[in-house]
Amino acid sequence: MQYMLLIYNCERPEPDDPGFAEALARVNAFADECHRRGAFVAGHPLQPERTATTVSVRDGQALITDGPFVETHEHLGGVYVLDCRNLDVALELATLCPFAEQGAIEVRPVVGGPGLDHAPSDQALSDQAPSDQAATGA
Amino acid sequence: MSPAPVLQQVYSEHRARMLAALIRVLGDFELAEDALQDACALALRKWGDIGPDDPVAWLLTAARNSAIDRLRRAQVSRDKLAQLAGQPGVVNTRTEFAEDSLLSMGDERLSLIFTCCHPALAPDARVALTLQAVAGLTAGQIARMFLVSEPTLAQRLVRAKRKIRDAGISLEVPADHLLPERLSGVLAVVYLIFTQGYTAAREQPEHHTLTQEAIRLGKLVATLMPGEAEALGLVALLLLQDSRAAARYSPAGDVILLADQDRSRWDRAGIAEAIGLLDRALCLGRAGLPGPYQLQAAIAALHAQAPTAGQTDWPRIAALYAELLAVAPSPVVALNHAVAVAMATGPDEGLALIDRIDGLDRYHLLHAARADLLRRLGRTAAAAAAYRRAHELAINPADRRFLARRLHDLDVQEFR
Repeated sequence: MQYMLLIYNCERPEPDDPGFAEALARVNAFADECHRRGAFVAGHPLQPERTATTVSVRDGQALITDGPFVETHEHLGGVYVLDCRNLDVALELATLCPFAEQGAIEVRPVVGGPGLDHAPSDQALSDQAPSDQAATGA
Repeated sequence: MSPAPVLQQVYSEHRARMLAALIRVLGDFELAEDALQDACALALRKWGDIGPDDPVAWLLTAARNSAIDRLRRAQVSRDKLAQLAGQPGVVNTRTEFAEDSLLSMGDERLSLIFTCCHPALAPDARVALTLQAVAGLTAGQIARMFLVSEPTLAQRLVRAKRKIRDAGISLEVPADHLLPERLSGVLAVVYLIFTQGYTAAREQPEHHTLTQEAIRLGKLVATLMPGEAEALGLVALLLLQDSRAAARYSPAGDVILLADQDRSRWDRAGIAEAIGLLDRALCLGRAGLPGPYQLQAAIAALHAQAPTAGQTDWPRIAALYAELLAVAPSPVVALNHAVAVAMATGPDEGLALIDRIDGLDRYHLLHAARADLLRRLGRTAAAAAAYRRAHELAINPADRRFLARRLHDLDVQEFR
């Protein structure tokens, strides 16, 4: 089962920070541990909320607004996707994540529904533009 | 003849075990419950008046078949939906369960208990789910005992069951390195069930059911995990507290303090059983320090063994509270420690300890204890002020009546 770890309210270490090298090493060590357990699927730090743009479509009209969908004090700093045998394993890995010491990590199961495999259909593969293929192949 | 009586007997005796095995195999609480209900309905139609040779195996097989039917029906409707949406149906639902593995299953009740008490569930949901799935109470019964409406409670149960399925909450006994913490979570749920029953007003008949269910659940955990000293310690503690049930209230429903209780009304058999369990726990845990339930049980046992209130071994009780304060520090334990010290050495020492406790200013028993010590020191005005504060803060009507009486007695004394 896959779980998404949503990392809230953490300061991302910046290269100029005094503890940057150590912080980076800890984050990498966490990813290593996830790999070692065969759980690592993906990890994506996110740019801050000020870079967000929100899209909604109503009556066929796309509405594009500056900023995150919900203005809250909680900010989502990044996500990991981990493949774990059960929630216990996901929670245990979340406690090992260095970000858990600063903010909080929400652990959400990823839906694996019938018909929802996200694999490209034959049609999509044959329609794929060559430039896209080049980009993904790079 | 109707098969109802024999089914009733098999069901009430083996319900939790059958449900636990089905949940484990099916991975879904609601499906397991529905399948077991289907199996019982079928048994009512098919069984003669003595039932099959192995009624549990019969019911489990019938439940498994019903689960497969239900999953296939759900699969068919999903496939239909997928076709309507122009997608090919995807077959990924497990509809094959080896009957052998279900029938050869051992006792899965322990994993069921751990699942129901999982920390990823809300605390009130853990309590409700344990009472329903393990103890077999109905949603209506649980709702009345916890003073919530039945739809609210039913909703709470459904939400918890779906979270278990959808979030992949483990249906197994936790891994060894998680076990100590998770077991203490299970014991906390059992203790919570007991205290809910114990503190309920005496007039409520549910009072008795909850304390008895908690004792039964505690015994089940202790039996299934025979090496766990704290599980035994908890059962001993519950039995000791319960042994005083008949002496705790006057016929008018007023609280009677431990010191004033009629000790001949304490349940001696319960006390003897508890002391036996506590001895076993202390032997098991010899390597390490006793945990908080064993210490609390040891304190309760010293009270239970004192022939009169005056013969209570307060120095040992004070020492045990000091140990408890070291393993499980809390302001309430600090208050109990202070009271024991006051009894063992004198009200001055106790008062000094009480005045050092932080964070209990809104706890009526702190003020009641202070008032009592001040009274014994002859500081009547200060004692009256403390009783008044305690009376203000107390919620339980019996507690309030008790404190009002104490205040009244104090005024009478002063007047004389």
